[in-house]
Amino acid sequence: MSFHLILFLAFGAVCVGGAVNLLAQRHPINSALSLIAVMAALAGEYLLLGAEFVAAVQVIVYAGAVMVLFVFVIMLLNAGEEEETKGSHVAFLLGVPGVLTGSVLTAWVMVRHSGTEAVAIGALPGHPTDIAQLLFHDFLLPFEVTSVLILIAIMGAVVLASKPEATARKVD
Amino acid sequence: MVPLSYYLVLSGFLFACGVIGFLIKRNIITIFMSIELMLNGVNLSFVAFAAHWHALAGQVFVFFVMVVAAAEAAVGLAIIIAVYRTRETLNVDQVNLLKL
Amino acid sequence: MNPMLNLWLIPILPLAGAAINGFLGKKSSRAAVTIVALFFSGAALAWALWVAMRFSSLALPYHEYLVHWIRSGNFSVDFAFYLDQLSLVMLLVVTGVGFLIHIYSVGYIWEDPSYYRFFSYLNLFMFFMLTLVLASNYLMMFIGWEGVGLASYLLIGFWFTKDSAASAGKKAFIVNRIGDFGFLIALFLLIKHFGSLNFDQVFQSITPLGAETAGAGLLTTIGILLMVGAAGKSAQIPLYVWLPDAMEGPTPVSALIHAATMVTAGVYMVSRSHVIFERAPIALTVVAIIGTLTAFFAATIGIAQTDIKKVLAYSTISQLGYMFMACGVGAFSAGIFHLMTHAFFKGLLFLAAGSVIHAVGGEQDMRKMGGLRSYIPWTFLTMGIATLAISGIPPLAGFWSKDEILWKAYQVSWLYWLIGLITAFITSFYMFRLLFMTFFGDYRGARVDEHGHGSHGHDEHGHGEPHESPMVMLAPLMILALLSLVGGLVGIGNGFEHFLAPVFGTSEVAEAAGRGTELLLMGVSVVVALLGWLLAYWLYCVRPELPQKIGDSLDGLYEAVVHKYYIDELYAAIFVRPLINGSTRILWQGVDRKIIDAAVNDAGDGARHVSDEVRHMQSGNIRSYAGWIAAGSAVVIAFMIWMGVR
Repeated sequence: MSFHLILFLAFGAVCVGGAVNLLAQRHPINSALSLIAVMAALAGEYLLLGAEFVAAVQVIVYAGAVMVLFVFVIMLLNAGEEEETKGSHVAFLLGVPGVLTGSVLTAWVMVRHSGTEAVAIGALPGHPTDIAQLLFHDFLLPFEVTSVLILIAIMGAVVLASKPEATARKVD
Repeated sequence: MVPLSYYLVLSGFLFACGVIGFLIKRNIITIFMSIELMLNGVNLSFVAFAAHWHALAGQVFVFFVMVVAAAEAAVGLAIIIAVYRTRETLNVDQVNLLKL
Repeated sequence: MNPMLNLWLIPILPLAGAAINGFLGKKSSRAAVTIVALFFSGAALAWALWVAMRFSSLALPYHEYLVHWIRSGNFSVDFAFYLDQLSLVMLLVVTGVGFLIHIYSVGYIWEDPSYYRFFSYLNLFMFFMLTLVLASNYLMMFIGWEGVGLASYLLIGFWFTKDSAASAGKKAFIVNRIGDFGFLIALFLLIKHFGSLNFDQVFQSITPLGAETAGAGLLTTIGILLMVGAAGKSAQIPLYVWLPDAMEGPTPVSALIHAATMVTAGVYMVSRSHVIFERAPIALTVVAIIGTLTAFFAATIGIAQTDIKKVLAYSTISQLGYMFMACGVGAFSAGIFHLMTHAFFKGLLFLAAGSVIHAVGGEQDMRKMGGLRSYIPWTFLTMGIATLAISGIPPLAGFWSKDEILWKAYQVSWLYWLIGLITAFITSFYMFRLLFMTFFGDYRGARVDEHGHGSHGHDEHGHGEPHESPMVMLAPLMILALLSLVGGLVGIGNGFEHFLAPVFGTSEVAEAAGRGTELLLMGVSVVVALLGWLLAYWLYCVRPELPQKIGDSLDGLYEAVVHKYYIDELYAAIFVRPLINGSTRILWQGVDRKIIDAAVNDAGDGARHVSDEVRHMQSGNIRSYAGWIAAGSAVVIAFMIWMGVR
């Protein structure tokens, strides 16, 4: 029982618990908070793998910005507890068993074939300089494209979420 | 030493939870959060493989996934707000006009 | 090496005339249509005469290859023409009599609004008939065969707005088709066993074969099947029923197609295939029996008919029976001789009958005629000549040819001769009956007023009294009368037989009985013909009330004869009605409606139902969409894993 394994299991338990809690909660704000917990635990996992930069970005961007956005929207829309409406039969009867079988099969395959090669703690050489090299040399085009993508997303979000009279006046 | 397969199983579990959340939840925002959960599971998988094979490109891909997830969350929430304004509801079962 | 005679022009010229008149005739004047029609058929005649003039310098048989048609493995058939003595005789008969009838039709059909259509069809018929006669292989002959059937249908149903005419056209075509079925099977057998349909190749392959005396073999089968086809086309038992109905058509049509040319196609075909028949004695016997029976049978029906054209129709059937009797006893050249003379006098009879009908304003019932010889003397004269010819009075044409047939028949079996003799008696009787009823006695018809009435009132100018036909109609009558007078003289001293000898071989039937018997038999047949004349004279001129009394006393038999022995009704009951019923109930309502329509409709309904069910998938609910996606992806993952594991 190496220290690595204990830490992995601890963070893993938090992930699993948060994920299950997200499903179990009825109020969206509770689900949002569970998700934040999951993301934090995942950041821990990343650290265990040696990807410090990714862990930092995870906390800053994901847990810090995206989830905050979610919480703000829940507040804005005054989302309440979920109502019990008649759902879709297909989702329950076909979808859940389907996804369960799919994931079980995949997991089984992965376990069988990936063997017991271990990943050492901190295995990744996650030096930011190297990452920067990759990002700005080999992956320059995707990098620039994603910045354009964000720009488009900003514009789209602003237009979509603005009040209708506001956009109408702008058009006139 | 943690075997690679453990990371992959955890990643798969997170992904499965995300899909199940998508299927059984009725609030659109919760569904969105399940999507984020899925993406996170996938990110874990990427980083695990990158560590296993000592390939830095896996990490770079994680950045891009996060960027896309952020952009998608922004636009998606804007759409939810727009739909809420007209339909007054956050329940996906009641936004079903596109049917035959 | 033969010079190029361009035989292909002979059929193509009338075809061009048919096309021009058919497409442009409706807007053209009658004069233009006439000029086109007469020019092209006349040109065909002129070319045929030119070919005839060069005939003696040709190396026979003459082949002319036009264009290749079918090449399939070893089997090849081309558009090619063939000329020998037999086809020359047929060619001259068809073009000559055809042209005369074209001239006659100008006068007869002048009043009809569909003037151009008549000549278009008539030229079309000439094209097909000439193709049939000049063909160098069975398949081209079959084209002509079918084509003349088509032209016959079109022309019989010329006045198609009349139900009876349209039905008669259909009946002719359908009964013909039944015969054609036999012809086709014979062609298939020829292809299968001899690998070719060209006359030269087929006959060369067959010539070394021996006669099938032991029993029915391949050649017998082919022969009988060919005879089935000929029976359909040439109106023999049992497929003769269409010819009397075909009298619905205009009289020139009856003259050309149903007396002189089309119906003789069967005789031509049997004669052309003589190589086959000579080696199949059973088939020959079948031909002879059918011919003899038909000759007698039709003659008996002709006695009791009152429509002038129907009498001539049954007379045609009877005379065709003579021709087949001749072929059946192996005297093919005698059959062709009779074909030629028959074309002259029967064509003349029909044209003259048309003149009579024209004169009395459309009436065709002989009981309403009579005493016409003072009104229409020229018609009477020519018709009288034709009647003498058909009855076999020397020295007119019919005597020579009919006697030749009887003589050859006697050499094979006295029974054929006896039946032929009795038939000759009956023929003479009913022909003179026709003559006396029409031209002698008192005029029993209605005065022709503004509109001629009569059951077939196509001719509608009234002049108050029966009037002679215009010269355009009389001239062909006179030419044909001349031919009936002298046309038989080529038979003296076996001249005709020698002319056709290169085709048929000399002395097909051994001169078993000698010269004296031949003269004796000639005398007997002349006596018999005169007896028929006398009997008709007595019954219809001297004691005209007698026929009615005889008819009444023979009551049942007389009724049967008048109703043509109820053969048409028999066919209707056995063949026509079951076919129509079966077609309606089984094929239309059963198969077409319940199976085919249902299949198509059900396919459409099924598609609609399926999509009705499937559309519920599009519920607008994104969770169900996600459910489907998850399930589908699970299937795909499982499949991929399974493929990977294998």
